[in-house]
Amino acid sequence: MTRSRYLIIGNSTAGVAAIEAIRQVDGKGAITVVSDEDVVNYSRPLISYYLGGRVSEERMAFRDRRFYERNGVTLILGRKAEELDVEGRKVVLSDGTSLHYGKLLIATGGRPIIPPMDGLQKVREGAFTFTRLSDAKGILGYIRENEVEEAVVLGAGLIGLKATEGLVERGVKVTIVELADRILANTLDREASAILERALGDWGCKVIKEDTISRVVSSRGKVREVVLRSGRSLSAPLLVIAVGVRPNLELVEDTPISYDRGITVDEHMRTSVEDVYAAGDVAQAKDFLSGWSSVIAVWPVAFRQGKVAGWNMAGREVRYEGLFPMNSVELAGIPTISFGTTTPPEADGYEILTRRDEESYRKIVLKENRLVGAIFLGRIERAGIFSGLIRDGIDVSSFKEELLSDDFGLLVLPAEYRKHMVTGEGMEV
Amino acid sequence: MRKPKRIIIREEYCMGCRLCEVYCITQHSKSKDIIKAYRGEEPRPVSGIYFEEKGFVSFALQCRHCDDAPCLEACITGAMYRDESTGMVLHDRERCVGCWMCIMACPYGVVKPDFGERKVASKCDLCIEAEFPACVEHCPNEAIVLVDEEGERIYKEAV
Amino acid sequence: MAKAKYRPEFIVQRDDEKCIRCQVCVRMCSNDVHAYYPDTVISDSFKCVGCHFCEDLCPTGAIAIRRSEPHIKENYHWSGTDVYNIIKQADTGGVLLTGMGCDRPYKDYFGHIVLNASQVTNPSIDPLREPMELRTFIGGKPEVVIIGKSSEPELRTQIPPQLELETPIMFSAMSYGSISLNACKSLAKAACDFGTCWNTGEGGLHRDLSPYAHRAIVQVASGRFGVNKEYLDAGCAVEIKIGQGAKPGIGGHLPGEKVPEEVSRTRMIPEGTDALSPAPHHDIYSIEDLKQLIFALKEATRYEKPVGVKIAAVHNVAPIASGIVRAGADFVVIDGIRGGTGAAPTLIRNNVGIPIELAIAVVDSRLREEGIRNRASIIAAGGFRSSADVVKAIALGADAVYIGTAALIALGCHLCQRCYTGKCNWGIATQDPYLTKRLNPEIGARRAYNLLRAWSLEIKEMLGGMGINAIESLRGNREQLRGVGLNEVELELLGIKHAGEAW
Repeated sequence: MTRSRYLIIGNSTAGVAAIEAIRQVDGKGAITVVSDEDVVNYSRPLISYYLGGRVSEERMAFRDRRFYERNGVTLILGRKAEELDVEGRKVVLSDGTSLHYGKLLIATGGRPIIPPMDGLQKVREGAFTFTRLSDAKGILGYIRENEVEEAVVLGAGLIGLKATEGLVERGVKVTIVELADRILANTLDREASAILERALGDWGCKVIKEDTISRVVSSRGKVREVVLRSGRSLSAPLLVIAVGVRPNLELVEDTPISYDRGITVDEHMRTSVEDVYAAGDVAQAKDFLSGWSSVIAVWPVAFRQGKVAGWNMAGREVRYEGLFPMNSVELAGIPTISFGTTTPPEADGYEILTRRDEESYRKIVLKENRLVGAIFLGRIERAGIFSGLIRDGIDVSSFKEELLSDDFGLLVLPAEYRKHMVTGEGMEV
Repeated sequence: MRKPKRIIIREEYCMGCRLCEVYCITQHSKSKDIIKAYRGEEPRPVSGIYFEEKGFVSFALQCRHCDDAPCLEACITGAMYRDESTGMVLHDRERCVGCWMCIMACPYGVVKPDFGERKVASKCDLCIEAEFPACVEHCPNEAIVLVDEEGERIYKEAV
Repeated sequence: MAKAKYRPEFIVQRDDEKCIRCQVCVRMCSNDVHAYYPDTVISDSFKCVGCHFCEDLCPTGAIAIRRSEPHIKENYHWSGTDVYNIIKQADTGGVLLTGMGCDRPYKDYFGHIVLNASQVTNPSIDPLREPMELRTFIGGKPEVVIIGKSSEPELRTQIPPQLELETPIMFSAMSYGSISLNACKSLAKAACDFGTCWNTGEGGLHRDLSPYAHRAIVQVASGRFGVNKEYLDAGCAVEIKIGQGAKPGIGGHLPGEKVPEEVSRTRMIPEGTDALSPAPHHDIYSIEDLKQLIFALKEATRYEKPVGVKIAAVHNVAPIASGIVRAGADFVVIDGIRGGTGAAPTLIRNNVGIPIELAIAVVDSRLREEGIRNRASIIAAGGFRSSADVVKAIALGADAVYIGTAALIALGCHLCQRCYTGKCNWGIATQDPYLTKRLNPEIGARRAYNLLRAWSLEIKEMLGGMGINAIESLRGNREQLRGVGLNEVELELLGIKHAGEAW
């Protein structure tokens, strides 16, 4: 049995962030990282780039092997953490080894949701989810082996659309099936979605909305066709199921660790059990905008939570101030950045500013003169300033008219806030 | 972690000439020669500066090289990294895939998209190759100045 | 009739091969000389005033500003300037305006005076090895000094208030209003850092300048702008301004456009109103009246500060100076014909007043003759271009000098003489916030300080060469001067021998 001061389950965004944070505070304490995947490190959002052939396998890592060596991390790959004994402070892996821990971080992420579809259980080949490098590799191999020229992607969320992009770049014609009335329904509004839908259309993709797959037809175990709820059937030599992810909770299910939709954590990323922390897509933490807790499964949130968890595990008390959903995605050549609440319930005191021109669409959502959400489509330069405005809760009433102007920048901000911004962090003059 | 040298902006002295951009572009060009960079090189490098002007107030803003940099957290490729020896936030164009997560995360809005040879993010590197930032060296009115970890001015002559 | 076209005074030459279209010139010229059209920059020479700001900023050296000679038929009597001035006046019916000092070719007496140096019979002094004293005291000196007879030296005489300067060079009166606050700050800080004085002019004391007030000579002029108890108390000396070398007999006029909020607050006049300084002080029509003001100010400052009077050098300068000294002034400032201004009628500036060299000599001689030279210091002003001019002025009899133009050149001024337009590209003679920020007072102070330092070092070198180790020993020491190419009247007035004559 091995012991480590710090045990991290999961080797993706939150896990890596935690390693960096721990090492900022504690240069020595042993760190062990367990991952059920067999790759030293790779960036999940890059799998669509890999699928599309834009990033080679060597470039998939966002931290290289030396990173683990430099930080003195023991990596245990290809083994799954299967049992957690919080009394005994140990984790049992799939090969039977147990690991003792001083502090534990659960950063096991999420897993794809697979909705019920008739005939899916008969499919042995050609149906994929799209969250791991192995998925991308599998799809790529399958396309090559079977000379796949068309595919159906179920779900027009971020994952589905990124998969679509990768497939299109490989010359595959994609039909997207989405239950909602628009694509990226969680992050964009109707107008932005419509622009992207048109662009996807121009790119040769078909988008079928307000429909879903009810039956999958296969022959000799290979997927052939999907039948939609509407009765329509589509040829589908390849099917990608991308309707969403849910937190990986098995490890905590039979433990005293509380969970709701995800593992619930406090402002220090602590779970209900002492010395056990959670971060990333598996964690349900403070949502900056609502003040409640929720699972926000996006990269920057996972990274921040991992970092805060790491700091706290190593003894530096740092509060997680909460974050909000944010995304940057480029589809069919159109870059899109979105923050926070982009489609607020009507009435309810929200104020919405929009601007549309030939190459761009911008939307700002305000509540009580404070920014709570934004969409930038087409032109994304300087969008980050808006994330700062949301985070710092700046009253925008004095420069509301400028928010959508072409030359929006720090100069329109109130002089005092601007001074603080321009001088930069730690450099008040 | 070492704190990086930082560029301080003094908007009250910025006269809005934008020479900082001219010299930034020159410094990051292939030839490092101002006339060749402007008249011979395609694509011309993107300057690491956002120049803003409204009425008589103007300033030229570059990457702040934050201690707790949101762009580092947002980068999905590891292209954005902290240089341990200098403390600077640097960006490896080779690794960058142009996902614009850094643009989304930077509250100063100082990361630019570069649509030149390849679509990548672009930002101030404090002229790491030249030892002294070109914008600071050439600002005619010392509206852009370089300071060390303690906030003390660093002059070109001292480098 | 055909309307005469003005000829450009300058030609803007652009080397198109070097121009990178960066548009720095387009953005920076306050006279809108340069304009960008898709992929080309064109320049309108007619608008160019010759301030060379664009030339100095152009990163590739693509711009050259050249003088343009008016191509009228050659005429010894009628210069192109004369002709175009008439055309301009026929067009407008107005008074010709200008800025800075007189630029007419009157005889340059400093240029006709040479200095002495020691050879064999008296040793020269190396200022790098031996102490060299430039410290200068401005103020009245007692007739006799009584020293107590006890074992410890004890000064029994009460010495009138003095200004203690580390160099005999001060910055002359330039008001906040005529120059920008950043220009004032530059000079004020340099003066404080070096240990000399600056002068508020008739602009009041802006609150941002109060850290430098302990070395400010505060001016009381005919408009009395900005004068109050705090103002008088803040400064280190008070100067009553009667006249100015650039425009003797003429008052001041700061147009309302140049009186924004800050200027109005400092001058204590309503925003946007013209600040008119009358030609005379309406309460001074005689030396006796002047005496009343001098003593009113001494009274107001509890006899703790020197109170002086500034006049323009005119024909009667010597007797007037004598009257001023007798009226109780602790120092007399004489401003020669080359003295600068922010705005003056061209013809006044160019034709009224006398050269400062002659004025210093005659005033010094007159006060000596009358036995009252000790009662007041003489400060000379008006066109000092180098440390050599300063040395010559002191040898002629001045205690110290004021520099204005030279100080502004240190801050960037290129003598385009368009101060009165308020569009100074260098951020000096303007209140336009787009332009004033171009003068960073940190840089300005550094450069003005450097000028004081450089001139002071040179003065020490020259003193050492003469075998003199204190500036005190040079004052009025006209034997150190010789004229070259001066006639007898000039030599007599200057009180110097011609070159070639021994002691």
